[in-house]
Amino acid sequence: MRKVEEFMKAHNLEVGDLIRVVKREGEERLTFEGIVMPPYELSPGETLTLKLDNGYNIGVLIEAIEKVEIIEKASGRPKMEFREVLPKREGLPNVRVLGTGGTIASRIDYKTGAVHPAFTAEELAKAVPEIFEIANITPELIMNILSEDMRPEYWRRIAEEVSRALNEGEDGVVIAHGTDTMGYTAAALSFMLRGLTRPVVLVGAQRSSDRPSSDAAMNLTCAVKMATSDVAEVMVVMHGETSDTYCLAHRGTKVRKMHTSRRDAFRSINDIPIAKIWKDRIEFLRNDYRKRGEGEVRVDGRMEEKVAILKVYPGISGELLDFLVDRGYKGVVIEGTGLGHVPQSFIPHVQRAVEEGVSVCVTSQCLYGRVNLNVYSNGRKLLKAGVIPCEDMLPETAYVKLMWVLGHTSDPEDVRQMMLKNYAGEITPYTRFDTYLR
Amino acid sequence: MSDRFNYEELGLKVGLEIHRQLDTKKLFSPAPSELREEVDFVFERGLRPTMSELGEIDPAALEEFKKGKKYVYEGNYELSDLVYMDEEPPRGPDREALGVSLQIAYLLNAKPVDEVHFMRKIVIDGSNVSGFQRTAIIALDGRVDTPWGSVGIPTICLEEDACRIVERKEKEVIYRLDRLGIPLVEISTTPDIHHPEQAKVVAKYIGDALRATRKVKRGLGTIRQDLNVSIRGGARVEIKGVQELDMIPLIIEREVERQLNLLKIRDELRERGVKPEDIKEEIHDVTDVFQNTESKIIARTVKKGGRVLAVKIPKFRGLIGREIQPGRRLGTEMADRAKKYVRGIFHIDELPNYGISEGEVNAVVEKLGLGEEDAFVLVAAEEETAKKALLEVIQRAREAIEGVPEETRRALPDGNTQYMRPLPGKARMYPETDIPSIYIPPEEKERVKASLPELPQERVERFVREYRIDRSLAETLVNDERDELFEELVGKGVKPSLVASILVVVLKGLKKEVPIENLTEEHIRDAFDLYLNGKIAKEAFEEIFKELARHPEKTAKGVAEEKGLTLLGEEEVERIIDEVIQENIEVIKAKGMGAMGMIMGRAMAKLRGRADGKLVSSLVRKKIQELITN
Repeated sequence: MRKVEEFMKAHNLEVGDLIRVVKREGEERLTFEGIVMPPYELSPGETLTLKLDNGYNIGVLIEAIEKVEIIEKASGRPKMEFREVLPKREGLPNVRVLGTGGTIASRIDYKTGAVHPAFTAEELAKAVPEIFEIANITPELIMNILSEDMRPEYWRRIAEEVSRALNEGEDGVVIAHGTDTMGYTAAALSFMLRGLTRPVVLVGAQRSSDRPSSDAAMNLTCAVKMATSDVAEVMVVMHGETSDTYCLAHRGTKVRKMHTSRRDAFRSINDIPIAKIWKDRIEFLRNDYRKRGEGEVRVDGRMEEKVAILKVYPGISGELLDFLVDRGYKGVVIEGTGLGHVPQSFIPHVQRAVEEGVSVCVTSQCLYGRVNLNVYSNGRKLLKAGVIPCEDMLPETAYVKLMWVLGHTSDPEDVRQMMLKNYAGEITPYTRFDTYLR
Repeated sequence: MSDRFNYEELGLKVGLEIHRQLDTKKLFSPAPSELREEVDFVFERGLRPTMSELGEIDPAALEEFKKGKKYVYEGNYELSDLVYMDEEPPRGPDREALGVSLQIAYLLNAKPVDEVHFMRKIVIDGSNVSGFQRTAIIALDGRVDTPWGSVGIPTICLEEDACRIVERKEKEVIYRLDRLGIPLVEISTTPDIHHPEQAKVVAKYIGDALRATRKVKRGLGTIRQDLNVSIRGGARVEIKGVQELDMIPLIIEREVERQLNLLKIRDELRERGVKPEDIKEEIHDVTDVFQNTESKIIARTVKKGGRVLAVKIPKFRGLIGREIQPGRRLGTEMADRAKKYVRGIFHIDELPNYGISEGEVNAVVEKLGLGEEDAFVLVAAEEETAKKALLEVIQRAREAIEGVPEETRRALPDGNTQYMRPLPGKARMYPETDIPSIYIPPEEKERVKASLPELPQERVERFVREYRIDRSLAETLVNDERDELFEELVGKGVKPSLVASILVVVLKGLKKEVPIENLTEEHIRDAFDLYLNGKIAKEAFEEIFKELARHPEKTAKGVAEEKGLTLLGEEEVERIIDEVIQENIEVIKAKGMGAMGMIMGRAMAKLRGRADGKLVSSLVRKKIQELITN
């Protein structure tokens, strides 16, 4: 325990208490009045953080504190209550907004400086009133995990919640998701949701929703718009450029987070987005999407989780692949160099993997472009070893797809056939010129 | 000048808020903190008011947002990085900026906090791309002592400067990104200043402490001094944008004058028995009165489909035209408020004038049914705009009955002030969680305290004592911030009096002829190196600096050579002296050593700036003596 925790415990201080402390400063004594703030995680913990009346936080050296006096306990203050559901409006489509973690809207307590996630209908309606003009919104928090902690079993749960919502009659579903692994979840849902007849839109934010400049509200508004469109696919909707001008709707299997922090981090790779969503209209960039229709959606969520991605690099040792084979992995997606290559020394290890029944798929670490193992001899050797070249599929999409395919069959020929079959737009038949770096 | 009023009796209270840019990298990014005019890219954003704990959104902010106000940002690839486009989490904070602000804290007798916590202060006028300004308290409880008494410095903050505003349009505001994120030290004082001159002394003291760190930016816009002024019975008025120290007493005096006059007007209005609610929001269309008007402004507006609207301001006759600051009337204050919507207003006290005839004035008086003490205000504009403008006028008139309105005003170059906006509400702040808190252990505080920079005044004293230079020279060196260069050059072995006279007297003389701001320290240093190496004479500095100021791309050495200012070798000097002696051999033979002055003069005419005078004189003496004794 750090000094600050010990001190708070010893003086019965809780976060939110209004207190007065007297601190020694050389010969002088300084008095501070303020609200006790939670100690910052990475601080050495030598100070007590107080929020002063002027709104600022400061740290007060615990060693120099001579007197502590509690003026008002935090527990005495009233808590806020918000309505979970708002009455529906005639004539508007119905959209369910599923929360998976993180915050698409938040509330700030300027008194204590705390930021609270806002997810009841009433709070959402206050924070982002625009979406209630577009549709009757039913928010539902289905899990609360960080994007980087996402796991295949959660994909299945999300898929089930989506299908439940759609089969209960919602016109579309929006899934609020952390951005780090949103691309993976989008791919997973694309394969798991069979017979999809209505839009499923994943949305996130690159700037937290507590700040006035957050992209959360605009992304959410565009997502809700897209959820009421006639595109019956899994999509990711995020900012299209750094300006707050339009969002892009990307196909769930062709989208990747390409920047650590920018608003327009999500890009369609080897494909063009489905639509641009402006403040006042949706501009479709293509019309070959799956159209809205009737019928129940079904979840086909069987997944083989013993699948790995392996990135190839100069000097890579075949041991890495051996390890996966020895540990009983059923599938490996290789991120090869260039057209999909691995070093010559690596090929025998690939051969061994295939011989032991492991499905080895090849994608490219270039991300852009299509793999082709016929051009160079090492590629041809890989083909001979029995790998599955994954066309222009993203490595992450290939990884999710391989899990899903292996969840259905372990027969190598069936795996190959399914990997190369286009289920959800993950493979384009030919490479368009206008799909690179845009 | 400042004793026009008995300030003690009036209960004058002044507080200062001083913002000064630090000359470091940006506060939360290592991008350079420079301003530049080239725009490489533009992007636009909206800002959404955030919901507070009470589930409420600031209504004014919501209104702006609903109107779809757009903020356009102009960036430069080299200066604007993702942090200040709000496209990347903050880096830093800049350690140097933090260190400098700690020094400033101690120089102002304040106590640094034990752990620094940066906060997000909500600002949604677009001037901060993120919608908040990052700010932290660095120190508390400082003090400045003055002959009038001690003035407290409750807080010293380190914060980010905002974007520069380029243009404000109805639906969008254009900002330049370069200034955003430059570290600013904000120093506020308690309102314990009771005399205009005292305010200047305090501001000077704080300014000196800031400059002592040598890490503050200089020049226009790098320092912003705000004054909070009130008198008993008046109101707190925040005056923004005071650039010059010397203006402070005048601005305060003028504000006192303004508040006193507004209070007089209030008293008269009360005597006349008018109440705020007597001013009705009844707006009359008087366009027909101006069918054939001589007023060009009105005629033009009406022609374009605009209207002339009028409002009755009961009991205000003669008071709207009352001067409250030199050249500014109550009417001017009304016009300032209406400025949001229209260029100007007309009021009865200034009419007939501006092409508006007496007949037209009488017609309006009649139409509005004005009594002898009643006034009117006219606005000519598109109907809705004119209405909004008149509502502002009504608001200001009502406030005149109450006395002095609390507001934020802008300092004008002549010492007057002009309405800017209402006083800001309480700041809304919450922690900046992207930046770890910064623990300042007691040892570090001791270290900073032990190595505090000299205050400017102390430095002047030391220069006089140590280098035996004239006090006025020392003061100028310190005030112009040439003091560091001075010590460096003296350290290299140049005589202090020479360095001081060149850095002060010579440069000052050149100021009238050439743009000496082009002269860099590098230029000056190089010229002194030439001097120290015996390449130029001290007489050559002026000529070299003159040329370098005109052509800063040149070097001191280049100019010296080009202008023939390089010193000649001793042999060459001797050869020239020999020539002079041969030309005047008869005179020398006749006068002997008596010819010394004349020969010296002729030799220096050829050698000035190219040979040391002492050398020339000793050579001339030697040569004449040789001639005579032979």
